[in-house]
Amino acid sequence: MLREIGLELVDQLFQDIPASIRSKAKLSIPSKLSEMEARKYVETLLSRNQSARDILSFLGAGVWPHYVPAAIDSVISRGEFLTSYTPYQPEVSQGMLQCMFEFQSLICDLTEMEYANSSLYDWSTALGEAARMTVRATGRNEFIIPHFIHPERLGTLKTYCEPAQIRIVEVAQESRTGAIDLSDLRRKISAHTAGVYLECPSFLGFTEKSCDQIADLTHRNGSLFVMGCEPTSLGALKTPGELGADIAVGEGQPLGNHMNFGGPLLGIFACKGKGLLRNMPGRIIGSTTTLDGEQIAYCMALQTREQHIRRGKATSNICTNEALLAVAASMYLSLLGPDGLAELSATIADRTSYAIEQLSGLRGVKAPGFEAFHYMEFTVNFDQAGKKVKEINDELLKAGIQGGLDLSSHFPELGQSALYCFTEVHSHRDIDMLRDELRVILEGKAA
Amino acid sequence: MSFAQAKWNEPTIDRLSEHGKVGYHAVSRGQPPVSSIPKGLKRSNPPALPEVSEIEVIRHYTRLSQENFGIDLGLYPLGSCTMKYNPKVCDLIAASHKIQELHPYQDERTVQGILALLYEASDRLAKIVGVEKMTLQPAAGAQGEYTGLMLIRAYQRDKGDSEREEIIVPDSAHGTNPASAAMAGYKVVEVRSNSSGCVDKEVLSAAVSRRTAGVMITNPNTLGIFEPDILEIAGIVHDAGGLLYYDGANLNAIMGKAKPGDMGFDIVHLNLHKTFATPHGGGGPGSGPIGVTSALSGYLPVPTVEFDGTKYYLDYNRPKTIGKIRAFHGNVAVVLRAYAYILLHGAEGLEAASDVAVLNANYLAQKLRNIKGFSLPFAESTPRKHEFVLSASQLLKETGVSALQVAKRLLDFGVHPPTVYFPLIVEEAMMIEPTETVSKQELDGMIRAFQQISEEAYSGSEMLKTAPRATSVTRIDEAKANRPKTMKLTWRTTVSKS
Repeated sequence: MLREIGLELVDQLFQDIPASIRSKAKLSIPSKLSEMEARKYVETLLSRNQSARDILSFLGAGVWPHYVPAAIDSVISRGEFLTSYTPYQPEVSQGMLQCMFEFQSLICDLTEMEYANSSLYDWSTALGEAARMTVRATGRNEFIIPHFIHPERLGTLKTYCEPAQIRIVEVAQESRTGAIDLSDLRRKISAHTAGVYLECPSFLGFTEKSCDQIADLTHRNGSLFVMGCEPTSLGALKTPGELGADIAVGEGQPLGNHMNFGGPLLGIFACKGKGLLRNMPGRIIGSTTTLDGEQIAYCMALQTREQHIRRGKATSNICTNEALLAVAASMYLSLLGPDGLAELSATIADRTSYAIEQLSGLRGVKAPGFEAFHYMEFTVNFDQAGKKVKEINDELLKAGIQGGLDLSSHFPELGQSALYCFTEVHSHRDIDMLRDELRVILEGKAA
Repeated sequence: MSFAQAKWNEPTIDRLSEHGKVGYHAVSRGQPPVSSIPKGLKRSNPPALPEVSEIEVIRHYTRLSQENFGIDLGLYPLGSCTMKYNPKVCDLIAASHKIQELHPYQDERTVQGILALLYEASDRLAKIVGVEKMTLQPAAGAQGEYTGLMLIRAYQRDKGDSEREEIIVPDSAHGTNPASAAMAGYKVVEVRSNSSGCVDKEVLSAAVSRRTAGVMITNPNTLGIFEPDILEIAGIVHDAGGLLYYDGANLNAIMGKAKPGDMGFDIVHLNLHKTFATPHGGGGPGSGPIGVTSALSGYLPVPTVEFDGTKYYLDYNRPKTIGKIRAFHGNVAVVLRAYAYILLHGAEGLEAASDVAVLNANYLAQKLRNIKGFSLPFAESTPRKHEFVLSASQLLKETGVSALQVAKRLLDFGVHPPTVYFPLIVEEAMMIEPTETVSKQELDGMIRAFQQISEEAYSGSEMLKTAPRATSVTRIDEAKANRPKTMKLTWRTTVSKS
């Protein structure tokens, strides 16, 4: 090959790199391994992890343990999907484009919104994008959020809002029920409010009973109502669409995607109305036909919002998204259908209420910390038990149990509280084991 | 080369729905959907999801996969996207429950293995690009850019230097550069390239000022040309008080040859789904780590992965941090694959990858530029690096056949077309990046395809007007997908009816 292009050494192709910056030495990283050796090396390290299959884990808080049906991993590991790039050439990428069109449709059916994009990175960045979108759409510059919000979601929101000079305003939640303090909301909502954000269920698992009033208050103020949702709950609970949301965001990981130590995740983003559609970030796939009109076909739509066309004036810089996870989510929603999803939600609701029953009976334990209907997660307070969450979790771990997320540094006002998560993967027996172990730790005796 | 893609005419999955079918039950005795949920909270109507069996779902998605082109199927020389072979063992490693079923908030004692792997991955990447410290958190390249710009912002504000409101990008830059800069609150200043397609030092000198926060540069640039004056460019930027940002989309050209850190870059961005061969999944997930010099390391997003001599831990205690850019610790499953790729290659293998990637690109460039109708604009005698930009402008002038038509016709040969109409500084641009995982036979096949297309163009063949024919659908009416009256973005409604 070299000879054919008139060269003798490969190095001649690099001679235009100034000598002063040419690397003199080889890269200071280890030499190559064979496939067998590399695999063994990584697997030896991985064996030091204890996964949710090795220990009984009750962690949720933004990434939740669910079973992933085998059909999903089988399909998304097909090379045609796995090793394809962004579908820039639609004629040869119909498979992925149709998948994305179906994903958008399924998300709209699930959330009862009108339009969805084909994914963002995760819930937290979807929220950041939503805040910016409310500001673009209204020309205002404040975004109201509830007090009890996921700290990582809040952190990300701040990083997305700061350069756009968006002020984040926190609204109080009642300490007894967790409900939004409507009088505080009335005080804080103003002509500057671009959007009001609400999650139901909240980060702490409690539901909000006044969604309708909050939506109404928001709309009467000329602001946009943004709802955050956990998708398995939508088999049972009211949807963002039904509750009057203009924008819905959420995390698609529970829909057939593994936890993977927190990434990749799947940002859900949907909206209502043509005006907002044109302000939406992210890739959107449309249905069309071939030029001869003979076949249905799919291609990217509304690309004039995107970075590769609009450059500095794009609605977002997002380019690569989470397409493969969106395929998994589409498969999950299709496999379950309305009945399977309703069963799943009901099962999770059952596990949650069973766990509340079992844990609230323990001496010194208050569970849940809020008086409200809880879905999938709730706080367990240990203030009266005289032990810190950290101590309790340390002892649980000795028994092969990973306790809930310690909330004491994020929300000191909740005292020694932990956020516990219960899904379909936790049988009543698993919950009994947790209860028994906690009893030993807190009461010093076996059941 | 003969190529034929499946043509299933597969309906959308809602059309397969039949009442009462369930493809997956979470538990054998599921709770009846009436439970303890209070009435006011209950969803009024069940979601209108499809009702299909498991095998129907499998067939539907398997058929759709057959209507999709991936690197596993053939040549994919999409410029700047570095579509190289994704070693299967990397996927196998990432399929372990020891990663898939790990929760990010688990007690650190139970995740020492993955923390060690992240720590090592971060260390190796830092050494490859010559920086002090990396963050593995950004979910994709564009988010890495945003992170890098937020670092510039935090650093300069911390130094009391808050007047800097401009980010300079060359006119050949990737579209995400100006989009990320605008998103990070900066005014974008575009500078034109010189006659050899590189950054013009004089233009840059005139553009920098005390308003300059930073300059974003790809090196090699999008023409595949190594910026010969990179050190002087770094000097100009630094003298003006700005920082220099490296867009890592084109790193595949220079691994082991030169490090961005040695070129004067302060912030170095990577796309693991490009250079480090992680599968792109039809659009994502990606991973866009950011590396920085020691002056900037304190500002990296939290948490970083650290090692205290006995154990690995996540460090949130970083007072100057820009904070969070996403939830949790990054696209860990992607980083793990990339690290496996680094282990498989080692120092010598990565350098060899760049050698072959550059050789392949130059071989192809020399052959294709000599085909009638095509040319290689800018610095003709300078070797390209990992990619090159061919122009079909002569072909258009002489035969009326555009770069787009060439691209569509290439599909009939089983070659995924190059990136077309980018960079914007080349007319009828076709940006071609073969990568190192393509054989000479495949390159020769691609050259023959271009040769045949050129002949077809000059003989006025109908083939170019009707291409592609071998794909699952023929040419698509993209205008219809964007016209308000016919726009349809879900299976429920057209936009005009909503």
